[in-house]
Amino acid sequence: MALEKKIRELKEKREKMLLGGGEEAVGKQKAMGKNTARERIMAILDTGTFNEYDMFVEHDARDFGMDKKHLPSDGVVIGTGSVHGNPVAIFAQDFTVAGGSLGLMHSRKITKIMDHALKMRIPLIGINDSGGARIQEGVNSLAGYGEIFFRNTISSGVIPQISVILGPCAGGAVYSPALTDFVFVVENISKMFITGPEVIKTVLGEEISMEALGGARVHCETSGNAHFFSMSEEECFSQIKRLISLIPRNNEVKAQPAETMPPDSSYDIEQIVPGDPTLPYDVRDVIRAVADSSDFFEIQEMYARNMVIGLGRIGGRTVGFVANQPLEMAGVLDVDSSDKAARFIRYCDAFNIPLVTFVDLPGYLPGVDQEHAGVIRHGAKVLYAYSEATVPKLTVILRKAYGGGYIAMSSRHLRADFVFAWPAAEIAVMGPEGAANIIFRKEITSASSPEEMRKQKVEEYREKFANPYVAASRGYVDAVIEPSETRRLLLHALEVSENKVVQMPWKKHGIPPF
Amino acid sequence: MEKRTTEKLVIDNTEYTTGLSRRYKERKPYEAPVPGRLYSFIPGTVIEVLVSVGDSVRQGDDMVILDAMKMKNRLKSHVEGTVVAVNVKPGDRVTKGMVLAEIS
Repeated sequence: MALEKKIRELKEKREKMLLGGGEEAVGKQKAMGKNTARERIMAILDTGTFNEYDMFVEHDARDFGMDKKHLPSDGVVIGTGSVHGNPVAIFAQDFTVAGGSLGLMHSRKITKIMDHALKMRIPLIGINDSGGARIQEGVNSLAGYGEIFFRNTISSGVIPQISVILGPCAGGAVYSPALTDFVFVVENISKMFITGPEVIKTVLGEEISMEALGGARVHCETSGNAHFFSMSEEECFSQIKRLISLIPRNNEVKAQPAETMPPDSSYDIEQIVPGDPTLPYDVRDVIRAVADSSDFFEIQEMYARNMVIGLGRIGGRTVGFVANQPLEMAGVLDVDSSDKAARFIRYCDAFNIPLVTFVDLPGYLPGVDQEHAGVIRHGAKVLYAYSEATVPKLTVILRKAYGGGYIAMSSRHLRADFVFAWPAAEIAVMGPEGAANIIFRKEITSASSPEEMRKQKVEEYREKFANPYVAASRGYVDAVIEPSETRRLLLHALEVSENKVVQMPWKKHGIPPF
Repeated sequence: MEKRTTEKLVIDNTEYTTGLSRRYKERKPYEAPVPGRLYSFIPGTVIEVLVSVGDSVRQGDDMVILDAMKMKNRLKSHVEGTVVAVNVKPGDRVTKGMVLAEIS
């Protein structure tokens, strides 16, 4: 039958495309510890759910001998499938075909799947593995990037956008991941930079390796451009799946609830926080002590560690945790930690994820470097993000909440819905040592024994103001609670705020201190 | 996170036991710019040195030509005085903030 022949033909054509850049190129890819584009997609998606489109798309470039070059699928694979049953759109650049270089048709395939994702209101996963623009296609390549960036921006806050860097991603190409919600990187495989080591060496005379300039670790620890670090592609894929299971598929729905699970009984919430406000502890233990199954999915774990952010569940509902980390820099707000928290708060707000904030900080970090790096502008981002967020905002003040830091960390004044304080909380304009020195300066300096007087005045201040009751007496704190009541109250507060409605004045958009 | 709880950080007269970030430990202490010093504002390569020790210069005089970012940058004197030190010669690669020459 004629149809049978046609089907055989189709199968042959498909087989050819599935070879990508051919055996040799695939061999090179494997030697670098990398999977092929289609293998990566299959590893992320539920088994048998991937459907590929535009397999037969080809470029029509003519210059520089391109008319004789055949590039299977034009170096990128696109399609749809599902992750834990949630539909997603996905693309993966194929490094084995012309180094995954981006030409016009390559970019059209990517923008096609991006348009689908936005129209269908489903998450978009982009796997980047590309040498950059296809120089032979000239300005058409640039147009391609521009079309991608535009869609990233328009889709931002509507559908989740996830970027996976599994190879080089250099020059203008880095701006697509930078515009998306989450960037995943893998040790030794991911490389991201605007200008590579070669250019830096010729122009500036500075020598640096590719890994030290834009490797996975650098972007997770130093630049803050990446959000999730892993040691292998497999580990990276399981992180992506976990993230997808925690977030809603678009901005009009909530994350799918899971069954309520109690926290692990090994986390004794009363034993975690030391009474002395100058002593450290790991605030993530407090998060684990209240989260379902003590399961906390931390984001940007290695960057600005004085601020902890991440996702978890309370009573089956996904929540975003924001917490000061006394283990690092006493949990201060500074340029990097403000930036980290503010962006996450806006993410949660965009995607209907309630915010749970744990407060324990001495304030902002003093220093010339901080001031000159713009701590005013960056610190303001936290105020802006919390103030504009209309998702349920629950705050627990664990210990110190001093000065501007108190205001910034989801205070009543920025319209937190519920503010709870533990009995050892110190809500004050600053710590007793600093405050006593200013308020009682005269008494201290004129005393016969200034040191003795200073100690006395510090104690006086501590007694009077270093507690949660002054704030509670004004209604800035809704309830002073025992640590063991925390989970129950958060559960209740989440239930009460399930259908929270806030009307904001009409605006095109605000002007956050970017 | 590894336990690094032996370090101290003082904020508002209170000493906190905590870990210090690498960014904090590696921060450069602030140095006020000295008026008579000619600094490189960008890393690059010195192409030409237009002054020698003992020369008198006026404000706005070209002192060094620095090649950086594919541009030849004229570094000018901000003060009037006598050149007392020239720390570079043509071909030298310089980092940002280096003192290239001094005027008194």
